Amino acid sequence: MRPGTDAAQLVARVEKLARRLPAGKTVHIMEVCGTHTHAIGKSGLRQLLPGNIRLISGPGCPVCVTHDREIAAYLDLAERDNVVIATFGDLLRVPGVRGSLAEARSRGAAVKVVYSPLEALQLAEQYWDREIVFLAVGFETTAPTVGMTVKKAKEKGLGNFSVLSMHKLVPPVLEALLLDDQVRLDGFILPGHVCTITGVVPFQFLPRRFEKGGVITGFEPCDILQAVAMLLAQIIEGRPAVEIQYRPGVRPEGNPLARQVMQEVFVPQEARWRGLGQIAASGLALREQFRAYDAAFRFSLREPAGPVLEKKPGCSCGDILKGIRIPPQCPLFKTACTPANPAGPCMVSSEGTCAAYYRYEQYRGG
Amino acid sequence: MCLAVPLKVRKKEGDMAEVGLKGLRQQVSVALTPEVKEGDWVLVHAGFAIQRLEENDALETLSLLEELNEAGN
Ligand code: SF4
Repeated sequence: MRPGTDAAQLVARVEKLARRLPAGKTVHIMEVCGTHTHAIGKSGLRQLLPGNIRLISGPGCPVCVTHDREIAAYLDLAERDNVVIATFGDLLRVPGVRGSLAEARSRGAAVKVVYSPLEALQLAEQYWDREIVFLAVGFETTAPTVGMTVKKAKEKGLGNFSVLSMHKLVPPVLEALLLDDQVRLDGFILPGHVCTITGVVPFQFLPRRFEKGGVITGFEPCDILQAVAMLLAQIIEGRPAVEIQYRPGVRPEGNPLARQVMQEVFVPQEARWRGLGQIAASGLALREQFRAYDAAFRFSLREPAGPVLEKKPGCSCGDILKGIRIPPQCPLFKTACTPANPAGPCMVSSEGTCAAYYRYEQYRGG
Repeated sequence: MCLAVPLKVRKKEGDMAEVGLKGLRQQVSVALTPEVKEGDWVLVHAGFAIQRLEENDALETLSLLEELNEAGN
């Protein structure tokens, strides 16, 4: 550990700050990003913090917030003749109301796991007589990589490559959470690699409109402790702000070229989030000039008529993603829902809150 | 899913680069970070370099990561 940033010292600093909070005040800090949730679980940070500081997990696992309607749409595609689905591995076992991609694959659907959208593009060149559909999930970190891939597909004139865009954007969901009366938050640990792309500007509304602070944070336990200390100092001094703790990875201006690519290829649109419902301009659709690469358009995917079952009965993922319940409060947790046999997406992804609690927090009483 | 790892650029050809640590090598696109040069450190996510890093910072992150991995094993 670096001298001066050693975990014990940081914990002592957080404790000292916590004593300066008004008596009876509990500070609720949301860690938005699933990678943070995982790191917090693994390091046992939740238990190291003083009792008047709570870390609440948020909607920052892209797989977990993917809506059942989106799952139904890609399962429909997977079952079509001639379609090869290319997907990040995270999505494979996510259970929809009608099963998962892994189950579709065992019934004969062609599903390939890729690490990069560029690999999906290579598949399209290799299997020129098949339709390759890339399932695009992810936040601002991932959307520019998909945007660039779509531009490459257009440059190459590939006629058998398309993207099902289920991308989601972080600032609109934080706004929706802050407008929700059930949700009580005093500040945010903001996702480092999302901000690598966005920079600080899209998060300035937190202090300006809601008087809440946000610290853009790296992924080591010491980074997270430091961010908690920075947020506490903001709260005590009454000066909410967006600050960067994650110096090596984030510049205040973000990556302007990556944003330009994102804007060239995508346009913000309303999106459905599991547990949070429809949020205006919180998703990304392909722009008209890239229609040929839009799987929704290419395969005429329509919203299914009538109500779609939104979740498995009893799964509380929705409340968990909003931070108003913790996994042990779900009746299925550890009984009908385990990582080997997940009932909801929050248990599937290693970044899901339920999976993190299952692996790391079970003996510590949450 | 938003994980990105710091890696060193070994070779750059057009908008692709070979990046790696120790013996491991990987091809990534530098189309989103065209300013990177051989010898630079970059943050890699989903097969793309998404940010150029200052070398010292990346090394620091890395050595921390290694320490943690060792502590975790
Ligand atoms: S424990 Fe399982 S069923 Fe309960 S909320 Fe989490 S994922 Fe859903």
